[in-house]
Amino acid sequence: MPVNLPGLVEHLRKIAGRDAVLDRPEDLMLYEYDAGIRKSTPGAVVFPQNTEQVSQIMRLATALNVAVVPRGAGTGLSGGSIPQEGGLVIAFSRMNRILEVDVENQRATVRPGVVNLQLSEHVAHLGLYFAPDPSSQKACTIGGNVAENSGGPHTLLHGVTVNHVTGVEVVLPSGEIVYFGGKAAESYGFDMTGFMVGSEGTVGIVTAITVKLLRKPEKIATLLGVFESVDDAALTVSAITAAGITPAALEMLDGWTLRTVEAFCHAGYPLDAGAVLLIELEGLREAVEEQAVAVTEVCLAQKAREVRRAKDEEERALLWKGRKMAFAALGRVTPSYYTQDGVVPRSQIPAVMRHIGNVAKKYDLTIGNIFHAGDGNLHPLILFDMRNAEQFERVLSASTEILEFCIQCGGSITGEHGVGMEKRDLMSRLFTEEDLDVMISLRNAFNGRDILNPQKIFPMPRMCREITGPSQNPVLMQEGM
Amino acid sequence: MAEKPVSNFSSGEKPTWDLYSKCVHCGLCLDQCPTYRALGTEMDSPRGRIYQMVLVDQGRLALADSFVTHIDRCLGCLNCQTACPSGVPYGSLLERARAQIEENYPRSWLQRKVRSHFYGTVLPSFGKLARHAKLVRFYQRSGLQGLARGTGLLKLLGVSELDALSPRIESDFSFADLGRVYPAEGKQRGRVALLIGCIGSVAFAELNRATIRVLTRNGIEVHIPRSQSCCGALHLHAGYLEQSRTMARHNIDAMLKPEFDAIVTNAAGCGSTMKEYAALLEHDPQYAKRAQQFVVKVRDISEYLAQVGLVEPARRLKARVTYQDPCHLAHAQGIRSAPRQLLKFIGAEVVESPRADSCCGSAGVYNVTQNEISMKILDEKMGYIASVQPEIVATANVGCMLQLSTGAKRKGMNTRVAHVVELLDEAY
Repeated sequence: MPVNLPGLVEHLRKIAGRDAVLDRPEDLMLYEYDAGIRKSTPGAVVFPQNTEQVSQIMRLATALNVAVVPRGAGTGLSGGSIPQEGGLVIAFSRMNRILEVDVENQRATVRPGVVNLQLSEHVAHLGLYFAPDPSSQKACTIGGNVAENSGGPHTLLHGVTVNHVTGVEVVLPSGEIVYFGGKAAESYGFDMTGFMVGSEGTVGIVTAITVKLLRKPEKIATLLGVFESVDDAALTVSAITAAGITPAALEMLDGWTLRTVEAFCHAGYPLDAGAVLLIELEGLREAVEEQAVAVTEVCLAQKAREVRRAKDEEERALLWKGRKMAFAALGRVTPSYYTQDGVVPRSQIPAVMRHIGNVAKKYDLTIGNIFHAGDGNLHPLILFDMRNAEQFERVLSASTEILEFCIQCGGSITGEHGVGMEKRDLMSRLFTEEDLDVMISLRNAFNGRDILNPQKIFPMPRMCREITGPSQNPVLMQEGM
Repeated sequence: MAEKPVSNFSSGEKPTWDLYSKCVHCGLCLDQCPTYRALGTEMDSPRGRIYQMVLVDQGRLALADSFVTHIDRCLGCLNCQTACPSGVPYGSLLERARAQIEENYPRSWLQRKVRSHFYGTVLPSFGKLARHAKLVRFYQRSGLQGLARGTGLLKLLGVSELDALSPRIESDFSFADLGRVYPAEGKQRGRVALLIGCIGSVAFAELNRATIRVLTRNGIEVHIPRSQSCCGALHLHAGYLEQSRTMARHNIDAMLKPEFDAIVTNAAGCGSTMKEYAALLEHDPQYAKRAQQFVVKVRDISEYLAQVGLVEPARRLKARVTYQDPCHLAHAQGIRSAPRQLLKFIGAEVVESPRADSCCGSAGVYNVTQNEISMKILDEKMGYIASVQPEIVATANVGCMLQLSTGAKRKGMNTRVAHVVELLDEAY
């Protein structure tokens, strides 16, 4: 891909405005990273302010055959917003207005650059909120959430982003502006809205999003189950759901991680614990009280040392602060970390946790665990120092081994971070060549010249196709779970 | 990575691996950064600024115009430091980056002149500061200001915003108070040294007098140590580390006395800098230990009053008040509840606005040097304030007061802007 196509930048300036385009190397270097570990420098960055501009930009990019990647806040962990070297970044930081709040229908329509938490804050006085709550919600954008189909602790009860998006405005590579869905909860015909969510910017660029707003629950109870070992905590996860309770959130922190996090947030996590479960229940007052008692009993029966309950909103907020800031808090003890996003059936959590422990020993690495236990969505955090190239090789090997184990357990390689660049080569272990061909044909129907976020999701040609695993149809697998 | 990169920073104090490698570029700081919200560009975000320091240190980015532009645009408000889970010492990275700029970057002739005159000559000497302040006062009082404003001359010169923001120089400077002792009224409960401040002394002398009244009426004996100087905050934030160290030593000599329970200031920026003296002088064998002792005694006025407890007020403040956290109180010193407690204690109905702890864009001389961005940030802030319809906007720092007053005028709001101490003064 040519780096500086003559005329590209001038055209972009005409479309979006003189101060809405970056093309100097010293600025472009600031768009070579996200929150993950990949880096690649774009050839230009443009900041559109409306859909019409995005449409014109796409028409231009298609005409000039320039690779395009949309970018929200760059908080992703799978390289989803990392540009192709020399490509064009469309940054949505200036398309960040909340267009409409429809209280009666509990819907909001927003531009992609709206920050996740800002939407919830904006409608808080109406008793409403936006449910998907990735740990980066203070900074990540709803456009990014849509692209990656982001989750968060509370998706155990409420589902991930796709369950909360009812309509999207999309700009196709041709520049055409199309609308899928609307405010209605169910779409008719093809579920194009659902298809757009999680497509990682490879089929179209979302320029407006209609989302559901949930009513704040009448009662919330936040419990902290303290365990002597990771194993005890892991066994408790499925024991809770087996008891017929679906918590709003069910999170695990292992001992090493909680000690690191505690140094930052002083949430009151017990420093000598082997692991804790952070369990949140929500709903009607009476139901929540009953469930809180039941969950406490299950935890104690599973050898919990104690179960604490947050006595007020302040204590609850502290417990969650510890959880949500945990990833980044590791910066206190390591220059870099690599986090994975594997998923296993929750009954396999004890096994996979043991496996992760063995991998850490085998590769002589420190691996922290903090994850959405209720969803079986793991986030092993592997510490490293980028100055040590040999160690980084071990990190990548360890990470692949963990994900392979997830696949063996009947799980998958991503729960919410997206496939992006980092896991594309593992897709062929999860899907057959035929499966992948169908997906690629679908992408090509929209993005046939592969100018939209190329090199994402699908294995690179000539790579990995030969290592095709057994067919693991995700739908069939879910039914079997 | 194999070859050792050649840093574009010079030796000496600079952003180092130990400091910047704490940043895991998670991006949680972005939406907390006023300049990122105003401009939307990664270069003007905390993560981006740290990355630019890394790039300069790795030799990939020159210590030149672009780097300087984005570092200059930082408010130094430290909102990002509060947001950062990873504990990145952003303030200290920024100070070091600015020190590098001062050392290695040739600014324009005019900028150099103005900066060296302001930081090198005017601020360090209370005498010179007083003479300058009198000139400005003459401009403000003689009718020249009215003439300049009325004729549109300021607009023509593009400095009307700056003119509106400049503090009104008071008739009596606080310098006359140097060396005085104000006895406690009623039962004496404490004895403090008060920093009168450089700008504070010429533009906010009345606030200093109010501070003294509130303290003495609450049973505190107030000393104004004669040989105190400017705290060094403006120098520190502009990259003049050595000058700020000189002032730190000066103030330690002047105010670190066993008879003082606390060293009190009514300026958040001064308080936060004085609390940094230990870090600033850690390699100074003569002063390191005393700097630590000094830091232990430094208190913001609200922090001190909340700690010793107020006596019953003579009058109650019956008003709807929104308190706006000064950055150097909330983010640099972690003081959030004390001022709110004090306001509630004297009877105010305290209402919380969205983003109360987000920078107003004042940031020392930022509203003068980066006026356009500052006004953008201010207008966003005023929108949040207006949403809770306060009768009084309270804050705890003079720079914020000036800025918020300007903001209220821009928005056509009739709201009073006051320092917490002023409101306390009215209650006692």
